[in-house]
Amino acid sequence: MAEVKDIIKEGNLVYKKSKVLTDKIMHYCPGCSHGVVHKILAEVIEELNIQEDTIGVSPVGCSVLAYNYLHIDWQQAAHGRAPAVATAVARLLPNKRVFAYQGDGDLASIGTAEIIHACNRGENIVVIFINNGIYGMTGGQMAPTTLEGMPTSTSPYGRDIAMTGHPLKITELIAQLPAVNFVTRQAVHTPAAVRKCKKALQKAFENIGEKKGTQFIEVVSTCNSGWKLSPVKSNEWMVENMFPVYPMGDIKG
Amino acid sequence: MAKVRGAVKVDIEKCKGCSLCVVACPTKVLALAREVNGKGYNYAYMANPEACIGCANCGLVCPDSVIEVYKIKVEADA
Ligand SMILES: Cc1ncc(C[n+]2csc(CCOP(=O)(O)OP(=O)(O)O)c2C)c(N)n1
Ligand code: SF4
Ligand code: SF4
Repeated sequence: MAEVKDIIKEGNLVYKKSKVLTDKIMHYCPGCSHGVVHKILAEVIEELNIQEDTIGVSPVGCSVLAYNYLHIDWQQAAHGRAPAVATAVARLLPNKRVFAYQGDGDLASIGTAEIIHACNRGENIVVIFINNGIYGMTGGQMAPTTLEGMPTSTSPYGRDIAMTGHPLKITELIAQLPAVNFVTRQAVHTPAAVRKCKKALQKAFENIGEKKGTQFIEVVSTCNSGWKLSPVKSNEWMVENMFPVYPMGDIKG
Repeated sequence: MAKVRGAVKVDIEKCKGCSLCVVACPTKVLALAREVNGKGYNYAYMANPEACIGCANCGLVCPDSVIEVYKIKVEADA
């Protein structure tokens, strides 16, 4: 029987942290989906060999510090304005691969105008939209994406649709815009989902290399601190409650 | 017939003990240690190392990229 020490040798290595990730310890809570998405984003950038040509725009929200974790060029934007900043970067440097990374409070609330118009102009950018149904960073307040009846710190008895409207399916709205090339909804809660989401990211970064216009990837995510569940329970809760409202799969392209 | 054996190396000080690898492992190799690391987290370790098949599922779901996966082919009678 082979011993563990005989197996753990350089020549037998089959999976390790991408070189595009920095060595900094991420500030995210244990089990947060942001870390998984950062990891596959780094893997895609490494595998497509576009590290020198990729420019990220980080948002306001828990991923404000994303620029600490990927060895690429970054610009940090004001709350909700990442698509406007990404527009400028992509227009001034048309041969770079530019992406905006945004949470649902950032993209679907304060930044609704910016995302709709950037997508309507068909800007040649990738948008990575982390939908955890809540404002994570500021303490779990209700977001436009919060589910009906879902308790948050500002809707302790659950979201009341009569008072605050319906969960905003902004991804479906964006898919209606003619200049948007690829729209998909993914998750990262299982190994199979992670592989699929990574394929979608790869396709999006290839598409902007071919100047195909806006690529929109929603990742239905967990915020276990905001949801007040363990990371494992959060994934279960997401499958049971988020997926019926935000179904998985390609919507366009 | 050749079969595969795997093993994982966890960066103990960077592990936050989220348990996502524990539930992603198809052969129930991983568990959280009773001991804690310098940040006070019960880190992941191979509680059942013989069962590892080196599939890398644990590495893929780890939000903090702390898992390295190794794999070898072994002869059945070896
Ligand atoms: C102009 C402005 N308004 C409000 C805030 C406070 N604020 C910081 S993060 C945030 C919400 C972030 O939520 P989300 O985009 O869902 O990201 P998450 O933290 O969940 O990843 C808000 C409202 C701010 N920083 N700037
Ligand atoms: S508050 Fe939520 S979104 Fe922010 S790092 Fe923690 S789990 Fe992630
Ligand atoms: S490589 Fe696969 S079998 Fe081995 S510990 Fe990780 S998930 Fe389990």
